[in-house]
Amino acid sequence: MAINIADARHVADLARLDLTEQELATYTEQLNQILDYAQELEQVNTDKVEPTYHSVAAGTALREDKAVDFPNQAGILRNGPEVSGTSFVVPRIL
Amino acid sequence: MTEYETIIGLEIHTHLKTKSKMFCACSTEFGQPPNSNICPVCTGQPGALPVLNKEAVSLAIRCGLALNCTINKKSVFARKNYFYPDLPKAYQISQFDLPITQAGFVQLPLPDGTEKRVGITRAHLEEDAGKLVHQGAEGIEGATASHVDFNRSSVPLLEIVSEPDLRSAEEARAYLDKIKSILQYAEVSEANMEEGKLRCDANVSIRPVGQKEFGVKVEIKNMNSFRAVERAIKIEVERQKQVLAAGQKVVQETRSYDEAAGRTVSMRGKEESHDYRYFPEPDLLPLLIDDAWVAQVKQDLPELAEQRVKRYQEAYGISAYDARVLTLDKAVADFFDAAARLYGGDKKTIVNWLTTDVLGYLKNENLELGQTKLTPPQLVEMLGLIDNQTISGKIAKDLLVKILQTGASAQKLVEQGGLRQITDEGELQKIIQEILAAHPKQLEQYRSGKTALKGYFVGETMRRTKGQASPPLVNQLLDRLLA
Amino acid sequence: MQHLTLKELRDKLQKGETTAVEAVQKVFAQIRKHEPVIKAYLQTFEQAALGQAQKADELLKKSGTEARPAPLLGVPLAVKDNLNLLNTETTCASKILRGYVSPYTATAVQKLIEAGAIIIGKTNLDEFAMGSSTENSAIQQTSNPWDTGRVPGGSSGGAAAAVAADECFGGLGSDTGGSIRQPAAFCGIVGLKPTYGLVSRYGLVAFASSLDQIGPLAKTVEDAAIILNVIAGYDAADSTSHARPPQDYTALLGQDIKGKKIALIKELLGDGIADTVRQAVETAADNLRTQGAVIETVSLPTFQHALAAYYLVATSEASANLARFDGVRFGYRQQSAKNVLELFKQSRAAGFGAEVKRRIMLGTYALSAGYYDAYYLKAQKIRTLIKQDYCRAFAQYDALISPTAPTAAFKFGEKVGSPLSMYLSDIATIPVNLAGLPGISVPCGLADGLPVGLQLVAAEFEEQKLLQIAAAVERGSKFARIRL
Repeated sequence: MAINIADARHVADLARLDLTEQELATYTEQLNQILDYAQELEQVNTDKVEPTYHSVAAGTALREDKAVDFPNQAGILRNGPEVSGTSFVVPRIL
Repeated sequence: MTEYETIIGLEIHTHLKTKSKMFCACSTEFGQPPNSNICPVCTGQPGALPVLNKEAVSLAIRCGLALNCTINKKSVFARKNYFYPDLPKAYQISQFDLPITQAGFVQLPLPDGTEKRVGITRAHLEEDAGKLVHQGAEGIEGATASHVDFNRSSVPLLEIVSEPDLRSAEEARAYLDKIKSILQYAEVSEANMEEGKLRCDANVSIRPVGQKEFGVKVEIKNMNSFRAVERAIKIEVERQKQVLAAGQKVVQETRSYDEAAGRTVSMRGKEESHDYRYFPEPDLLPLLIDDAWVAQVKQDLPELAEQRVKRYQEAYGISAYDARVLTLDKAVADFFDAAARLYGGDKKTIVNWLTTDVLGYLKNENLELGQTKLTPPQLVEMLGLIDNQTISGKIAKDLLVKILQTGASAQKLVEQGGLRQITDEGELQKIIQEILAAHPKQLEQYRSGKTALKGYFVGETMRRTKGQASPPLVNQLLDRLLA
Repeated sequence: MQHLTLKELRDKLQKGETTAVEAVQKVFAQIRKHEPVIKAYLQTFEQAALGQAQKADELLKKSGTEARPAPLLGVPLAVKDNLNLLNTETTCASKILRGYVSPYTATAVQKLIEAGAIIIGKTNLDEFAMGSSTENSAIQQTSNPWDTGRVPGGSSGGAAAAVAADECFGGLGSDTGGSIRQPAAFCGIVGLKPTYGLVSRYGLVAFASSLDQIGPLAKTVEDAAIILNVIAGYDAADSTSHARPPQDYTALLGQDIKGKKIALIKELLGDGIADTVRQAVETAADNLRTQGAVIETVSLPTFQHALAAYYLVATSEASANLARFDGVRFGYRQQSAKNVLELFKQSRAAGFGAEVKRRIMLGTYALSAGYYDAYYLKAQKIRTLIKQDYCRAFAQYDALISPTAPTAAFKFGEKVGSPLSMYLSDIATIPVNLAGLPGISVPCGLADGLPVGLQLVAAEFEEQKLLQIAAAVERGSKFARIRL
């Protein structure tokens, strides 16, 4: 399943990475090396094997429904690259 | 000309009524200043982790039960990956393969008195995104910048996905009404579209009557009211018919409803093609729900609409259809219950006034009952005035509108407006005699056999008395004077 | 004094033989002397540390007469710069997070602070913990104290170098595929990756959420156990953390290992492992035998697939974890972006380094439509097979032995050109993360003058036993830490 430059460009779009042609070429080559190496997995029969998504075999923890204010909201806003009042600002969407 | 059948499935997102958010302890309170209910978790700070709100799960179970769904003992959260400025982690924690509830149905009352069963594919838990406020323009079009507010980010949502069982815009509307009613009865959500606590997307396709395969499906978004959903579907169905009539093919896509222009607009090109790359959320282990939890939720379940329908039929002898109409909106049913407790007369009288006059008014004005000034004691007071013949039913209809609008008491309106019914025989007889004298030609015709003209004299009398004459008395006097 | 172990310093502090202020001063003297070359720290907090040391000394004085002092009271420690500490910069050694001031503190760091520790600085790492040499730091290159022409390992290379150079008395790192154990091996110190779920991840900037664990880097096995005692335990803020009764991880350290069954992993002693490394590990195993352990060899056949599975799982999770760096709420923003799409694409392209972008690309691809089953799902199934292999082994053995890394520390630039050869340096550590097990690297000898780490792995939550055997390796090897 080798990938080409067009595939790499599509993946970069999905990942919202503005890559140069040079980067796309390099990554295409390197991803192919890694995917080539990963090819070995095809040899392993996993038909009856359940996937392991978590190392922990338990049910998820649950919180009681209690509202508590986070004490440092200002600290969150302070990191904003652009903030107006208490809103984060982004350039136009369209 | 090919006849087409319309196929509709709805995806309804409803907020769940919790105090804190789905994955953090921030308040869910609506209408706060921007970014005043935020923390590292709901703003996606590096290193922050989600922890599931137990109450959100209980409400989802409750809703699942009310929708006749199976509650899955094990469900799994998944990351839905896409970039948008209001989505802080650039993925939404949702459910994909294994939702919390699935395979349910609702019964829709149809106007002909029959019922239609609509399948519920699934109802799954997910977190809401933040809110964008566009600057420099009304909407996203033409905006120069946008402000991002994360107060709504991570508020719990339940997405209810219907089967493609709906066959018309009207049915879709009836289904929406029904779901809203269920959400309100189960007390899982306020379910109002105005505050964004209920949102709806529609999947619409058409196919020639008799064809088994579904047509190409179009998803419609940006419908801001129940009425908009109904209209948007009608418009989209017409559009698809025209496309097919022109020998073209319907394209699978997402279209946005433009209410002002009365059309749907393709969203292609405005949003990047989506590949959500769902995978199980590693930060949350599977959600396990045991029978005891479900049993507890069942036990705590409030009286649902269907139970109330049964109660109304049994306790008050109300028809099944009326009981359904009455219980469609929980606010209306609660109003009825309160009024029934206060009113000594036949409860069906309340039903008639509520289902015809009050609901008719709400529909015309596109209002919710809660947005009017009418209270149960006021309605009962007015009914009392009819019962003791202080006012006529006709006057009452006008009064009701005034009460709905102003919240004034019926008694006061009657006194201020001099609306008291004329029950004085002598006074009324004098008026009728004057009318007969003023219309000799009609009187002549009546006497020569055109007895239907009695109605004309009744009308004239009511007009002269501004509706205040007691109709039975007018009839009685006319019979005597015309004899 | 800076050469003391954490345990030795703590005993002296509690006996009143030295003060926390003196400890902090000595450590900063060492930092000033060696940091120009080692460059382990991205930032240090000398003034704040001295202030905290004074307070610690007051408490120590009081506790002499009253209750037992907090377990780390007055001890200067370092933390990796992917752990949040309120009101300090957390950069993950990435341009995209430069200037980010943490609005909260990670649970593990908070536990250190509550135990009286003084956080003296934040250490360098491969950008977002992605790498095995710390060369992927966008900020600086950290040197190995044993040979400054060589890498300290990674990704917790800064913490490992700081501990080895006596620039602190211990530290916290994070380990997704070997990022604590491999640099510990390269720098001749002890590095422990606890069982997944034993230490809260809350506040650790995520790389691969189902594999990440926080753990100690320490001068000795006992020091690692002391730190683990503090940071282990359930945290309601981490849904994957375990509710278990607390244990004293130092409890079994002095006990002998007579009768313990320990196996060398056949697949990790063959091709690709340097002869000198293999010899050092086999010598250490022989020594364990002389201490009374039963040493055998076991084959874990699925291990050959672990690396491929790991890179698919880790990069898939990373592609989602790193999506939040979008220039909206924090971090680098490309100011020239004309709209939101450009803002996302340009900020991320300019903010992330080459290795991070490479892994985001791989992970995005592995999850994308049409490839999910072949890559991500397949890899998660391989993970099950690896777990089963371990499970079979632990039905028979108390612990498994292998080299921590195939070679000793390599030279700068040696593997930068080939991602795959860099990835291969994690071949022995990666299966442990995939199975969520506890693993520790203990120095066991030298190869051409460079330290060799021996990796011990135990069944889940068997940290007590793991540390007991690790202490036996330590006693047997008589390894001498470097003294700068």
